[in-house]
Amino acid sequence: MNRILKSRAFKTTVIAAAVMGAATAAHARDQIRIVGSSTVYPFASYVTEEFGAVTEYPTPVIESTGSGGGIRLFCNGVGEGTPDITNASRRIKASEVERCEENGVTDVTEVKIGSDGIVFAQSSTNDAMALTLEQLFLAVAAQVPVDGELVDNPYTNWSDIDASLPDREISVYGPPSTSGTRDAFEELVMEAASEEMEAYGGEGYTEIRADGVYIDAGENDNLIVQRLTEDTEAFGIFGYSFLVENPDTLVASSIDGVEPEAEAISAGDYPIARSLWFYVKNQHADDVPPLYEYVDMFVSETMIGDGGYLMDIGLIPLPEAEREQTRQKVADRAKLQVSDL
Amino acid sequence: MSQTFDDISAQLRRRHRRSARLKWISMGALGLAGLFLVLFFADMLSKGLPAFQQAYVQVELEYNEDAQRMGREAMEPEDAKIVSRSFERLIPGMLRDDPDLLGTTETRWVLANGEVDQYLKGHRSKLSETERQAVDEKVENGQVALKFNTTFFSQGDSKMPERAGIMAAAVGTVMTMLVTLAIAFPIGVMTAVYLEEFAPDNRLTQIIEININNLAAIPSILFGLLGLAIFINFFGVPRSSPLVGGMTLALMTLPVIIIATRTALRSVPDSIRHAAFGVGCSRWQVVRDHVLPLAMPGIMTGSIIGLAQAMGETAPLIIVGMVAFIPDVSASFTQAATVLPAQVFTWAGEPEQAFVEKTAGGILVLLAILIFLNATAVILRKKFERRW
Repeated sequence: MNRILKSRAFKTTVIAAAVMGAATAAHARDQIRIVGSSTVYPFASYVTEEFGAVTEYPTPVIESTGSGGGIRLFCNGVGEGTPDITNASRRIKASEVERCEENGVTDVTEVKIGSDGIVFAQSSTNDAMALTLEQLFLAVAAQVPVDGELVDNPYTNWSDIDASLPDREISVYGPPSTSGTRDAFEELVMEAASEEMEAYGGEGYTEIRADGVYIDAGENDNLIVQRLTEDTEAFGIFGYSFLVENPDTLVASSIDGVEPEAEAISAGDYPIARSLWFYVKNQHADDVPPLYEYVDMFVSETMIGDGGYLMDIGLIPLPEAEREQTRQKVADRAKLQVSDL
Repeated sequence: MSQTFDDISAQLRRRHRRSARLKWISMGALGLAGLFLVLFFADMLSKGLPAFQQAYVQVELEYNEDAQRMGREAMEPEDAKIVSRSFERLIPGMLRDDPDLLGTTETRWVLANGEVDQYLKGHRSKLSETERQAVDEKVENGQVALKFNTTFFSQGDSKMPERAGIMAAAVGTVMTMLVTLAIAFPIGVMTAVYLEEFAPDNRLTQIIEININNLAAIPSILFGLLGLAIFINFFGVPRSSPLVGGMTLALMTLPVIIIATRTALRSVPDSIRHAAFGVGCSRWQVVRDHVLPLAMPGIMTGSIIGLAQAMGETAPLIIVGMVAFIPDVSASFTQAATVLPAQVFTWAGEPEQAFVEKTAGGILVLLAILIFLNATAVILRKKFERRW
């Protein structure tokens, strides 16, 4: 027996077991775990950092997984290994709520934090170009109606779409199909414009052309901005905060006569705007003590309010009444129902 | 027909020309590779060196009662505009921890905000005209200055570029690499020793050998998926932790270490083994006392290169959740952490102009560490290498 205890193999086994034990030990934790949208990520990480700096709790861990990926992780179940909050740049879908409920995630509070606009911009060496939603759609759709028939998109220059537009080649850098920005663009531009057109039979058409005019430029919006400064003929599709950060190198197109400005986006006048959300797993509130302290900080006026810190980094605040509504929902721990969606 | 002297010398000239041409082409290839390297370094250095300096501002702090709620109340309003919020938000906490401070005043150097920093470095800045004048005036009075950026080396990530640092990522990298080394090195070396010294040469070992060579070449992201499925979902290792990251990277490094070790073992001449057997050593004694020590320099070199490769890896770590916003320096192997290349990746996606230099600065630090590791590998090889 003594020899066994002294043997190296025994010691190694004990150490390995201890490591495994430490790894799987499950207790209440102080560190909030957040996943979700890359659009909400800059705002959420600002709040988590502030939270880590001014409270005694550790900084929450936040991973940028995309809206859909975040909701999938969030809905995997309840307990230690699952995230407490997921950020989303679109509203959760009924099917996702149902999957959540199947996995035991039954008490979720929905928090709306602000708006984000998607801009269509180019290098500021060009004159600004005003577009309508329909013109934008015709520039990037895979198939467009010509004389009442759907044909492969024949437009190569802006002036082909409308004689009033400049005679410049159409070239657009945009997000890839995995991106939430792309989802929003397809919904707010493609679907919205095509539903108005007879040729599509009243149904939304979201196919983006693949003949080299629309170029997937990756998830990183910075890359699109950099490309635009070099390729001055091209346009880019990206989030409003990147326009704010590069005011002297970029000029955005107005859409249907509305410039992408904070007020117009907040009021819903600018057509390519969406709301930003996060979802809180109330069932974790007891096991993760700082959970609601973080949520309260996020929805406070100093963060999401008009002139709040998040506005400085590109969040477009909700109208005041809606901010109040958000705070009320948080105070009530309002439970999300499928019928709300 | 016999060849004349002229024919032969013409042929000789042709052959000499050919070899000269080959020499020039090879030198051209080397020159081109060198040029790219120089361009890359010049670009990184010109962008990254400013990151090692940061704007600081000297302010008068008056710890009054309002400052217990809002940190900015302790400063002159015009100072509050140019001081980093990362300092300002700490003031209420300072007063809470040390109530004696209340009612005192203090002059100290604190971090200026990112816009001031970018303005001083001649980059684009969102400061207004009046703020610029105020900053210029303070620069002349010596109250605003660029100083060595200690924050960059002592702090973790931040949304505020002036406060962002690589410390958390560096510690995360060290912890992850320790786990990788602790797992991959012993398993890799023992596997190679078995395959090279003990295993019979049959179909089975050949299949294993082919598979190991294949593993060394598969895309690293697949190891991430494996890590997610086995370590996180099955064994319940905490997501984003250096433990799971290290285990995942160990899977990736294993084949590299096995192959390097086998090559090192094979280069030990058989005469050593025969001599040891000849004096009656067992197989285990031969390996432990003679073959392994002689092969060690080669094994170390291979392991360090494998480790350096793992250090530069991000793809598998995205899958196991290590590419995340981690401002705190992690204190244990199960706490969330990030690594240097992941930090660079995160910064590259930030919209603020000031993060451009942080990104390049992070790359410089990563490069410095990689050069150090590779240089160690070369030195080890040179120092202990034996020729037979």
